[in-house]
Order: sequence, then C-alpha cells, then structure tokens
Amino acid sequence: MNYFSYIAFIPLPPLVSFVLLGLFGRKYLKHSSGIIGTIVLLTITVLSLLTAYHYFFVDGKVNGVYQSIIPLQYHWLQFSPGVSIDMGIVLDPISVMLLVVVSFISLMVHIFSLGYMKGEERFSTYYAFLSLFTFSMLGLVVSTNIFQIYIFWELVGISSYLLIGFYYDKPSAVDASKKAFIVTRFADLGFLIGILILAFHAETLDFHTLITTLRTAQSPQSISITTSSFLGVSMLTWGLTLVFIGGAGKSAMFPLHIWLPDAMEGPTPVSALIHAATMVVAGVYLVARLFPLYSYDVIALNIVAYTGALSALLAAVIACTQTDIKRVLAYSTMSQIGYMMFALGVSGHGGEHGLGYMASMFHLFTHAFFKSLLFLCAGAVIHVVHSNEMKDMGGLRKLMPLTHIAFLIACLAIAGIPPFAGFFSKEEILLAAYNSNKFIYAVGIFTSMLTAFYMFRLYFSIFHHKEPQVQIHHGEGSFSMKLPLLVLAACTAFAGFVPLSAFVTADGIPLKTHLDIAFSAVPVILSIVAILFAARLYRKQNDLPDRMATSLGGIYRSAYKKFYIDEIYLFITKKIIFNLVGKPAAWIDKNIVDGFMNLLAVITTKFSALIKGLQSGKVQNYTLYFFAGIAGLAVLFIYWWK
Amino acid sequence: MNLSLLILIPLLTGIAILFCKGLKQVSSIALLGAIIQLLATFFLLFVFWQQRATGNTSRMLFEYSHTWFAALNINYHVGVDGISIAMILLTSFVVLAGVLVSWKQEKMNKEFFLLLILLSLGAYGFFISLDLFTLFFFLEIAVIPKFLLIGIWGSGKKEYSAMKLALMLMAGSALVFVGLLGLYFNTDTGSGTHTFDLLQIAQMHIPVEVQKLFFPFAFVGFGIFGALFPFHTWVPDGHSSAPTAASMFLAGISMKLGGYGCLRVATFLMPAAAHAYAPVIIVLATIAIIYGAFATMMQTDLKYINAYSSVSHCGFVLLGIGMLTQTSINGAVMQMVSHGLMTSLFFTAIGMIYDRTHTRITAQLGGLLKIMPFISTVFVLAGLCSLGLPGLSGFVAEVTVFMGSWQNADTLYRVATILSCASIVVTAVYILRAVGQAIMGPLRTHADGSPLLWRGAGGEVDAKWNEKFAAVILLTGIVAIGIAPFWLNKLITPGTEIIIKKILSDVVK
Repeated sequence: MNYFSYIAFIPLPPLVSFVLLGLFGRKYLKHSSGIIGTIVLLTITVLSLLTAYHYFFVDGKVNGVYQSIIPLQYHWLQFSPGVSIDMGIVLDPISVMLLVVVSFISLMVHIFSLGYMKGEERFSTYYAFLSLFTFSMLGLVVSTNIFQIYIFWELVGISSYLLIGFYYDKPSAVDASKKAFIVTRFADLGFLIGILILAFHAETLDFHTLITTLRTAQSPQSISITTSSFLGVSMLTWGLTLVFIGGAGKSAMFPLHIWLPDAMEGPTPVSALIHAATMVVAGVYLVARLFPLYSYDVIALNIVAYTGALSALLAAVIACTQTDIKRVLAYSTMSQIGYMMFALGVSGHGGEHGLGYMASMFHLFTHAFFKSLLFLCAGAVIHVVHSNEMKDMGGLRKLMPLTHIAFLIACLAIAGIPPFAGFFSKEEILLAAYNSNKFIYAVGIFTSMLTAFYMFRLYFSIFHHKEPQVQIHHGEGSFSMKLPLLVLAACTAFAGFVPLSAFVTADGIPLKTHLDIAFSAVPVILSIVAILFAARLYRKQNDLPDRMATSLGGIYRSAYKKFYIDEIYLFITKKIIFNLVGKPAAWIDKNIVDGFMNLLAVITTKFSALIKGLQSGKVQNYTLYFFAGIAGLAVLFIYWWK
Repeated sequence: MNLSLLILIPLLTGIAILFCKGLKQVSSIALLGAIIQLLATFFLLFVFWQQRATGNTSRMLFEYSHTWFAALNINYHVGVDGISIAMILLTSFVVLAGVLVSWKQEKMNKEFFLLLILLSLGAYGFFISLDLFTLFFFLEIAVIPKFLLIGIWGSGKKEYSAMKLALMLMAGSALVFVGLLGLYFNTDTGSGTHTFDLLQIAQMHIPVEVQKLFFPFAFVGFGIFGALFPFHTWVPDGHSSAPTAASMFLAGISMKLGGYGCLRVATFLMPAAAHAYAPVIIVLATIAIIYGAFATMMQTDLKYINAYSSVSHCGFVLLGIGMLTQTSINGAVMQMVSHGLMTSLFFTAIGMIYDRTHTRITAQLGGLLKIMPFISTVFVLAGLCSLGLPGLSGFVAEVTVFMGSWQNADTLYRVATILSCASIVVTAVYILRAVGQAIMGPLRTHADGSPLLWRGAGGEVDAKWNEKFAAVILLTGIVAIGIAPFWLNKLITPGTEIIIKKILSDVVK
C-alpha cells in the first residue's frame, strides 16, 4: 500500500506547528502564527480530500466492499507478545470521512479566528493550542488500536481544557475548563476499565483483531468473555458499557453532559470546532468503531440507544428555556449527538438493518457543517454585540445580512426542512428508529419538533424581535470572518445531497436508500408548525413568551435550571466526597497515622526522661546504688541461697 | 566500562569542592561534576546497548568484584542490568537539575553542595551494588546528608521534620539490616561460609519459612524509604521543610532507593515470601494510592500537595511490585523513573515560585501565568505529567501498571486495580485545582495589598538561565519516555524477566 504512504503525514504538520508556535510563537512568530497555522491546515485539508478521493473512488473498494486499510503501524509499547499499544493509521469509510470533516472544519475555524482573535495578547498560543487539538483529533480518528484512541482521547481532552481556559484570568473560564476535564476524566475511568476488560479477554489491543476474535462465536476469547460474568451480566456487556461511558462523557450524554454548556466560556471559534463539530462526536465515533461488538450485545446496544434518546429529549427541553445563545447551541449540540447515539443504538450490523449506523454517520457529517456554521455566526454576532445574552440582541438582520442568511440556512438545516442538509440525515435516523423501536421514534419526532422551535426562537430573537440596539462601524467583520460563513453555508445547503449511504456503512457494502415522501411528511410538517409557533412568540416583541413561562410554572423553572443536575453534582462532590472522604483522609493522616508515629517518639522521650535520673553523675547516688545493690545481694544470699 | 567511575566522579567532585572558595567556584565545580556524571551515564547506556546488541545476555554487565572483608565474605561487587541503568539515568538527571537550581545557594554553600554530592554518591553506589553489605553501606551514606540538609537549610519546622525523617529512615535501615542478616545466615556457599552476594543468593533456594520470616523486615524497611503506607508520614513534613534541591533528591532519588530495594532485594531474593505476602502489599499500596490522593486534595500548600501526591504515586510502584507480573513490574520500574523526574520538576517549579513570591499557599497565589509564563508552563507540565497525560511519562508508567495488574483475576486484585485506576480522577481534581488557583485566575496581591512579587519590580521575574536549564533537562527525560516509551521498556524488560522467572520457579517449588 505504498500508494497511501503520504497519508502518514496528515497528522504530523499540526504537531510540528504546535511545537513551533508553542516554543517560539510568543517571541518570534507573534503575528505570523495565524497564517502558519492556517497554511498547515490548508495543506492537510487538501491531503485529506485526496485521501478520500483515492479511498472512495480508486482503490478502497475490493469486490464491492470497502476494506479497512492500514498503511502504517508500529509498536509503541509492548506488554507481551500480541498485546501492545500500537500507533498507526487505519483507513476505512468512517475514518476517511472524519478525516475530511475534521481537517475541513478546523481549516474554517483557523480562517475565522484570523479575524476573530485579532489583537489577542496570546494569539500565537491560541493557534498552538488549535494545532494541538487538530493533531490529537486526527490521531484519534485514524486509530488502529484501542489504546491509541484512548491516548488521543486524552489529548483532545487536554486541548479542550487549555482552550476553554484560554481566557485564564476569568475565574468562570478556569472553573469551566476544570469541570470539563474532570467530568470527562471521570468518564474516561470507565473507558480505561472497559479497555482492560476487553483486552484481558481478547488478549489484544488491536481493533481489528479484537473485533474479529470476539465476534467469532467459537473462539476461546469469545467464549471466555461471554461466559464469565459479574453481577449476572457478561463481561462483554460490562466492557462495552464501560467503554460507552467514556464515549458518553466526551459526547456530553446525560448524565455526563454538565461540562458542555460551561465549556462555552472558551473563545467562540473553539466552541464551533471542538464543542460542536469534532471532539464531542468522538463518543459516537468510538461506538461506531466498535460497532461490530455493540451490535453483538443487545444490552450494551440498548444502553446506547436509550441514553441517546433521553439526552436528545432532555437537552432539547432545556434549550427552549436558555437565554445565553451559546448555551442554547450547546444544548442543541447535545441533543443532536443524542440523535446520532440512538441511531447507532437502534441499528443492526449488516445490509438493510445497518441503516441506523449509516444514518448516524450521515448526521455526524451534516451536523458538523451546520452546527459549526451556527457557532461561527454566533461568534460574529457576539463580536458585534459584545454579549451572549438574547436580550442584548434583536433586529440584527439589517446590520448583518450575510450572517443573517447563513444563520437562517443553518437553522432550516437543523430543523430538518428540505432540501437542507439536516433533513436528509434526520429522516434516515427517524426511519431507522421507526423500523426497530417505536418508543425511540416517538422521542425522536417530539425532539425534532422542539429543535425547530428553539432554533427559531434563537433566530427570531437575534435577527428580528426588536430594533437593533447596537451600531456597526466596520461592517460585519473582516473577510477572514465572512469567508468561512459563506463556505459553510454552501456546505450546509448541499451536504444533504452527498450519497453517503454509497460510501459509509457498517459492513462496507454500499446501501440503497430512498426517500419516502409519506414518511418524511410528518416530521417536516411538525417542524413547520413549531417554526410558525416560534415566529408567533418571538418575531415581534410581546408578552406571550412570559405568559407561557408562567403558565408552565414548575416545568419551565426546572428546565430553566437545567433540571438541577448541576446542583446534584455539586452536592455529591462538595458535600459528600470533599467532606466525607477527603477531609477525614487528611485528618486521619495528620492525627492517627502520624499521631501514632509522634506517640512513639513521645513515649521514647518520656521513658528516657524517666530513667535518665539514674545517671545523675553524682558519686553519692552511685555509692548509694552500689551499697543498696550489695545489701540486696547479701539478703538474697543469706535467705535464698541455702 | 568500569562502574566504579560512577562513584569516583562524585567523590572527586566532592574533594575538589573542599578546595574551592566562593559560591561561584563551588557551584561551577558541582555543575561540572554533574555534567560529567550525566555524560558518563549516557556512555554507560551506550556501551550497555552495544553489549546487548552483540548478544551478551548475561544477567549483569560490567561486573567487578574485589574482596573487602574476607572473614565475613563481604565483597565490593558491582554490576548493572537495565533496571539499574534506568535508575542511574534518573539519578544523574535529577542531580544535574538539583545542582542547577541551587546555583545561588548563599548560606554555607560548600557544605550544602558537599552533602548533595555525598547523597548522590550513595545513590549511585546503591544502584550498582551486587553485594548486600555494600548495598546497605551505600544506603546509609544516602541517609545521613538528608538530616543535615533539612535541619540546616530547611524552612518551617525544620528541626522536627529533619528528626522525624532521619529517625524513620533509620528505623527503615535497621529493619533492612535485620532482613539482610537473616538472609546472610541462611545462605550456604557449599564450603560452610555464608555470602552477601546478590547473584549467588538468587541461585540458592532459601527455605520458605526463612523467607517468610525475613521478607517483612526487608520489604517494610525499604518500603519506609518508598513511602509504604502507614510509614509514609515522613514524606510530607520532610519534603515541605527541605530546600528545593533536597526535596528533589529526596523524592527523585531517595524514595527510589526504597522501590528498587523492595524489588531487587526483597522480592527477587525471597520470591516465595513475596508471593505469600502479595495480598498485604497490594492492600497497603492501594490504600496509599487512593488515600494519598484524597489527602492531597485537602492540602493548601504546594509542597504538601506534591508530597502527598508522591505518596499516592509511589503507591503505584509498590502495587506494581506486589502484583508480581512481568508487565506490572515493568510498570513499577517505569513509575519510579517517571515519578522521579516528574516530582523533581514539580519541586523545581514550586521552588521558583516560592523564591519570587515567598508563599506556597495556593489561595495566596493566582495569575502567575501572566507574570512568569515559563515557570507557570513548567508547573502545568509537571502537573499534567502527574495526572497521567499521554505524551508525558506518567501515563506510560501508570498504564503499564494497570495492564499488568489486570492480569490477576482474583477479586481482591481486581478491586485493587479498579481503585487505583480511580485515583486518576482524584489526581486530575487536585492538580487542576492547584493549577487553577495558583497559575490561572486574576493576579493576586498579598493580604496587606502589597504586590505578590517579592523580587519583581523592574527586573526579570521569570526563570533564570540555570532554572530554565534544570527544567528543560527534566522535561527532556519526561517527554523522551512519554513519546517513545519503547526504549525504556526494552531496556528494563530483560531485567524484570529474570525477576519474574525466579518468582515463577520458586513459587512452583
């Protein structure tokens, strides 16, 4: 496979630019760092597109089935023969697709940031971190080994931490970055133990070997993992569920989602890249990567499906009540990832049954475009308004016509209105759910309606609602900020026509899909109704939204308070872990363990003080002891000896 | 290569320092000695690889033996394998960095550097010794200087800490000595004499009852050095009172003497007992890991944070040894190297911060990134290594321990492994708290409104050349292991393989 050798260089340039900008950026490359980062990204985007072209159209397919190709792999850390952490690159439909998505969106964000972050004191540090993130995300996508994915998983986590806390002198940003890292770290604990379980039974860490040995029903490894159990559940289920917990943490699934809304403290382009389009879908990607195993285990797959559905619904409800536009978008991200998750959860592995898998990947693909577009538009708006709050906005359509159109296209896409991108992928998700689980289908339909409502609530509040309260002096923003909006808007409008089912399927065999007008009419009509409802409420200033909020009472309040999940976490960590575990541990160490050591010292000192009187140095005393001794001995001799 | 060179270089450096005058001369000579030592170590690594590449598979390379005290069959016997070379590399990195950060040591500089060098001499001697008596001799050499270093140059309640540390470590060596004598009197060379020779004892079969009797002495004795729960309490007080370089030597080198001794002496020579006591070791190690981590969470002083986290991290060393699998022992050795580098880097950063602000309380610090970007970056990197970020050494070591531990399928072992894994979350909490409070956030002033910087105003407040050099050296080691762990793995595997084989053969018997 010499043909693919250049793709080994896709993840490397961002690493080089990270090191370069990290070491010398501050002093020497302060102004050119943005350009350097962007050129690097442009290069790898071209390379990724080339790779995709070669893979999908030239030699990825053998006998009608897309193969998984490993052009590069070497042992990084060998534990025992057969068990090693490898670093490598795998090309298969999902990794190639994500390669393109990640590098493309990252390029857009790099360009956008040229204008958005201009004049920032730590401009070069910002680009260094972006490069680190891009490197880690690309490494994650092409992983050949379950530990390789874990390694890059942690690295994207730290990039996210560094970028959320980019404005490090803002306490809220510091807290948010800490929260994001610790919550995902907690989830990664599950991932790590899941890996240990799977690797112990499969006797390998390599994805390909792992999947094939565990799926072969008669292999000793497969028998060992399915027959051994803990608490009545097989080790396969345990392993997969624990791995899924890791994925749920990264992808902000309920109840591990609490970090995502806070992560909006980071610069907005970062939110677009990391917390909307790429890193947060890593959990979906992980499940997809191990999908042959998940589809083999009903319990784990159901956990994926219901977690996804619940997250989709919950987040959509919360999103209807939030007033910070980035937070609305964050909850919307969580909700859309919920869609991807439950699509995987209702999917089978091969042929027609694999529709959910394909739909999930399709939605991941389209979502990356429209959601990053939404965030970049939000960034442009915030750049002008200098606030994240809806109440400070309104009427911006005249001031920012380009942003307005781009935002509208993205809203239509996410609401599932044809012919925009989101319509196609969402239809297929709903169809897959309808075919296998009616309950999840109902949740999906309802969430889709809510999505249309809260997105247009956002749209009308920003661009209509009232007269603009700000003035624009320099137009909508520099060219570097407009260009990504244009490009992404075009992608959002047309990405739905990409026949993804011909390329990306669970078993590599292209799938025939067709549009069922009657089936898709229902969600589209519901969405339009929701949009009209949002228009009635928010297009013009009126008191209807407040009246509705009051009439909904407790439901509205608890949704506004995000169902008090943050408070529950705070209670558990602060009150229980901190006070009931941490404090006693420190106390015991100081008073009991160390106290015992000190006690030994005190006893020794006291005892020596007690007996040191014997060595007084006074001859009279010694004479006295001497004669007392003689007298004692004499008594002994006289009375006892005979 | 003649291994005695490793002892000779510090010895000569020390003698040269005796004839020096003034801070500049003293520290220059010390630096020169440390650099030569590092080069010698690299040369040793190079010739070691070469020997291995040419197919020399003997257990120990560059062996040399000379009779020291014939009546008791005590020899000066030295030799190295991959494990010792890894530890020697660690030592020379830390020594060089330690000398560099003490560059401006004003008070009694001659004595200070002499003691540092004496400590390093003890450590080098310890790691190359193949004779238990020689080994013990060097262990003792490494103990005494610590007492003086803390007692004279320390801060805070230094007398108390110095005394506590010295007494506890002395108790540790006393236990070790009993263990070694117990071994000695149960050896039989065939001609009726006993032997202290490590390689010879390894060939013999020590009766299981004897092993069971003396293993606890040796293991607990060395364990006290390596912060074995509940004998770890010297660590926090000792570290926090010690001057920066002494903290680095203490955590980076001295605690490793313990881990190395537990592995090389206690476990290797008494494998049947190690197997029998394994559950106890594992329970204690797990307690140290998780309880150390929670105790760290409550600390407010940067040095205490690092000291308690050392207890937690050194627990991984003992856990890896206690798990008795090839991979876990590999992990234990890696963790020793990794922790030595990482904790020294941490102390370097803390020392630099304290130097400029005169406080180590996290709540009094804040926004340091703004005024000292280099120092802050070093601190953050040390923290990230501590919380096990891939690409830095901590991750590699911890993951190897986890992988090795999971191979034991008993419930106790599994629970211990899961609890130890859970510590990575707690570690993230305390590291990010410290980073968030001290490094990030708005720039603080002191309670009375005076600026945080004590030496600031006008001059350069960020790291000086010597401090930068020290940090870069340690970081190089950390990154070299973190990015390319295979070389370290390859270096130590033959050594750990021998230990594992010995355990397997002895336990089966």
